[in-house]
Amino acid sequence: MSGLLTRRGLVTAGVATVAGAAGVGAAVQLAGRYGLIPPDRAGILGVGESLTYSAQRLLISNQALAREFPRSDISRIAPVNGPAPKDETYRRLLAGSFKDWRLTVDGMVATPLSFSLEQLKNLPRDTHINLHSCEEGWSYVAEWTGVRLSSVLEMVKPRSDARYVVFVPFANPNQHTGIVRALWDSLDMADALHPQTLLAYAMNGDALPADHGAPVRLRVARQLGYKNTKYLSRLILTDSMDRFGKRAGSRSAEGGNAWYGGI
Amino acid sequence: MNYQPGVGALLNEAKGAPRHLAVVRITHWLIAAAVLGLTASGIAILVAHPRLYWGETGAVGTDSLVDLPIPFIIGLSPWNRPIHFFFAWLLVLTALTYVAGGWATQHFRKDLLPAKTDLNWHSISGVISHHLRWKRIRADEAGSYNVVQQLTYLAVVFVLFPAIVWTGLAMSPGVTAVFPAVATTVGGHQSVRTLHFVVAALLVLFVVVHIAMLFLVGFTSHVRAMITGRMPGERRSR
Repeated sequence: MSGLLTRRGLVTAGVATVAGAAGVGAAVQLAGRYGLIPPDRAGILGVGESLTYSAQRLLISNQALAREFPRSDISRIAPVNGPAPKDETYRRLLAGSFKDWRLTVDGMVATPLSFSLEQLKNLPRDTHINLHSCEEGWSYVAEWTGVRLSSVLEMVKPRSDARYVVFVPFANPNQHTGIVRALWDSLDMADALHPQTLLAYAMNGDALPADHGAPVRLRVARQLGYKNTKYLSRLILTDSMDRFGKRAGSRSAEGGNAWYGGI
Repeated sequence: MNYQPGVGALLNEAKGAPRHLAVVRITHWLIAAAVLGLTASGIAILVAHPRLYWGETGAVGTDSLVDLPIPFIIGLSPWNRPIHFFFAWLLVLTALTYVAGGWATQHFRKDLLPAKTDLNWHSISGVISHHLRWKRIRADEAGSYNVVQQLTYLAVVFVLFPAIVWTGLAMSPGVTAVFPAVATTVGGHQSVRTLHFVVAALLVLFVVVHIAMLFLVGFTSHVRAMITGRMPGERRSR
């Protein structure tokens, strides 16, 4: 056994361990300062989430565009997870073509605003045809029309320390369990200000169907399907996701999914 | 230098060097853990939608390439996705360490690169027929890898593992925003998902055969050699 354990070996291993731990500690500090640690950083699985998020934020330009498709590629079938809310308030808004619906944008902003659907439609419109891929494995191509989230944020003037936009929807039932929940979510500013990120009110040329998130849903082309929050009612700007829910950054992250869906 | 099969390993043994280098032993077990974790979590993700497609899109109601004979089970997928990524990072970081270490220690050249004289159908079919006739492997032969083992290990290390990482990354909407070619060159988003499944199945097949062969040549002694570096009875020289 004398060959396996030597003093030099022990000293080398000890120095390497201390240096390695110090290096990891410094890297985590630095990553935190540059906003490279995601809200769902807790626990052993948070290590993988943090590596994925920081690697993508470091290697992928904030301006890199998700793929766009020709109109001929639009899918015939666009499945839905999470059908429209069934509660009285939502039913009444839907029946009235969302004339009484308002989207409130507040939190860490200079000018909190509330938008009607007409007001959003009168802002500069943008259209994208891209892939919607579900974490379950299915995918479809659709055309989305709406206003860029960046245009709306420009109007409310986010404070310079705002780091996330929180998306608060109407609560809707889960298609499998029937449990009614508000599937709130959040984006960092890189994806919130991205030119393909829309508050979409039309799909494939028609008004957004109820089950696809009417009146307005988020479209974030560089992340998986579940990040595209439907049935929006309020946006909140914040500097920390620790103020929301179980501090994981989204309802789906509390249920196990990655907060960063660009994976 | 005219390279002879297994000579490196035999020379190492003569010098009292271990049968498996430390970098190979450590990375072997980390990768084994990663592959186990990735397979288990991968199956849990797959059963959320056990249908495979070709092209960019696919969903229930569209034509599939294959309907796997397993039921749709939705609830497992969410928690298994971060588990999958945790082990994916373990795999990638360990694999990079292995490749760097294998290069520095000449592990690839000495242990895995087949001799030119072995790279012919006669040698390869010889090894295969030897195995098919269940001949016991002679101890001196088992000190180095035969040409079929060498080719298999090289394919696993330099084809299957890069392919599983490629097809995994190509499913990422963040990655394809920068490198669309990783998905479009093989037909699109659903095609890379299908290929990810095929490559994963090949890796699982490799693991099954790898473990079956261990039982044939002596499970305990070979597992011990991959932990301590030595077979029972092999001595470290002073």
